[in-house]
Amino acid sequence: MRHAKGKPPRVGDRPAIRRTLIAVVLVTGAFFVLAPLVVIAVQAFSLGVGYFGATIAHPDTRHAIFLTAATALIAVPINTIFGIAAAWAVTKYEFWGRRFLIVIIEIPFSISPVVAGVAYLFVYGLQGLFGPMLQSAEVRVLFALPGIVLASMFVTAPFVARELIPLMQAQGRDLEEAATSLGASGWRTFFSVTLPNIKWALLYGVVLCNARVMGEFGAVSVVSGNIRGQTNTLPLHIELLYHDYNAVGAFAAASILALLAVVTIVAKVLLERQGAGRRSRPALAAPIVEAKP
Amino acid sequence: MKISLKNVAKTFQTFRAVRGVSLEIESGELVALLGPSGSGKTTILRMVAGLEYADEGQIFFGDEDATDIPVRERGVGFVFQHYALFPHMTVGENVAFGMKVSKKKRSKADIEARVGELLRLVKLDGLQDRFPNQISGGQRQRVALARALAVDPKVLLLDEPFGALDANVRRELRRWLREIHSELGITTLFVTHDQEEALDLADRVVILDEGRIVQEGTPAQVTRQPKSAFVVRFLGDTNRLSASVANGMADLGGASIAAPALADGKADAYLRPNDLTWSTTGGGIPASVEGVLDRTGSRRVIAVTDRGDPLEFDVAPEVAVKAGDRGFVQIARAQLFAAE
Repeated sequence: MRHAKGKPPRVGDRPAIRRTLIAVVLVTGAFFVLAPLVVIAVQAFSLGVGYFGATIAHPDTRHAIFLTAATALIAVPINTIFGIAAAWAVTKYEFWGRRFLIVIIEIPFSISPVVAGVAYLFVYGLQGLFGPMLQSAEVRVLFALPGIVLASMFVTAPFVARELIPLMQAQGRDLEEAATSLGASGWRTFFSVTLPNIKWALLYGVVLCNARVMGEFGAVSVVSGNIRGQTNTLPLHIELLYHDYNAVGAFAAASILALLAVVTIVAKVLLERQGAGRRSRPALAAPIVEAKP
Repeated sequence: MKISLKNVAKTFQTFRAVRGVSLEIESGELVALLGPSGSGKTTILRMVAGLEYADEGQIFFGDEDATDIPVRERGVGFVFQHYALFPHMTVGENVAFGMKVSKKKRSKADIEARVGELLRLVKLDGLQDRFPNQISGGQRQRVALARALAVDPKVLLLDEPFGALDANVRRELRRWLREIHSELGITTLFVTHDQEEALDLADRVVILDEGRIVQEGTPAQVTRQPKSAFVVRFLGDTNRLSASVANGMADLGGASIAAPALADGKADAYLRPNDLTWSTTGGGIPASVEGVLDRTGSRRVIAVTDRGDPLEFDVAPEVAVKAGDRGFVQIARAQLFAAE
């Protein structure tokens, strides 16, 4: 960082610019990211710990927490498997429609979640494509857990695949070919060669996916029907509390969501600090040894 | 194990990578597939390995038709150009991988003993707890070879094995691979675009162009009796002079050489830098020197004939020659082919 006196600074290392840039980023970050989170925490406890506890313990809030967790437990694993499969297909195979598949995977990123929700209404709603069929089979998709899960999955479909595709593209097929030529089966190759080399990107994708599933509002709001204590996920419940002029309750519930987010991030950091993280990238941990013939 | 390819062909979409190649590799032989990029050499190697399937033709391992045997069961050791070591495993774990996944179960102690033995063979004992990123390129390539040998392959296949290494390491590994080959006697096929490497290392060289074999033979055969101008050009630096043949003699504009095999008419003479000598006194093709490059064992003279043909040739370090000199180029030997 510091440069010797009298020598010109390295490119991009002028002290004034460096200090200004760091200050701007710090202030902006604090103002836009940190401050609102602090406000949530402060507001949540503004009527005392007792009121906070009561809000959290309220059956409707508890149910919303349960529903959000259940949705994540179903949607995240499915999307993880989908993401691995999609990344594998796109990077390891040549097939007709490969580029098209990449575009398809990206769609949920660029589309408003509300559109996804409305689309699900048209597909599974009573007047929708499969509506009558589902009704006669007495399967409830909309205004129930399946609809919430489907909407969440739509929104988060790209997360894992997007993390894996560039990495697996860079890695190519050599490692898998090497493992297979040494006699490893497809499963063995996947679990002992492919997976260890993508695990950090995969984990990162899963963490992002999970955070988004838990926080998803737009798409879920359309398909869930907002039934208090039945189909309200945590984000929807927060909005409901807010509309009930229960700002403190809303902040209390929001603090739970914020806490979940913090926990996911901390989990990721902790996992990366594990010895395993070093093992997967030994170059970062140990000096390169020069050739000794 | 003897390998035979019978009329093997492979097309990628519209690109005909390999067009009807037949080849026999005797048991214990060390054979080089040599050719420019796009000549189909790597595709042939990958088909022998089972990493690609042939569209046409058959591949035999001994008497067994191996054409449709998947790579996993084919029993080949494949060494990749960029090593393809598993980066999350230590050197020892890399070498042990093939034995661990094998259907033939081995005890842990057995595997460890074999890993130690292989690492000694490739002169890397003591490095088994390192990760691939912690060792040099040459060491990585040796780990890759040890890993391939660990499964007791019937055939060893190497794809541009030294392509990513610097010249000194490459030369050293070349000698070392020759030693390992004579020690183990395993049938070995390797791909290279480096003529020197192929000629130094292989018992037999197969030269490919546009998916076809253009010549195969010992290094002596392909260098001394090249079958085509392509082979001459591909095997090393060469000068081309047009010649006219009449009555079994080729006239190169100042020098003439015997051309008993050629019909009268136009011909091309191919001359290696060592096939030419420089003389100031007369006899030969009149030329003037444009520049001199000093090299370790010789001086490379860049000249142009009075007819306007560029020539490059080597003279001994003591020869005092400089840009602007005029003299005569004499021809010691040449390869002649009817004009293309």
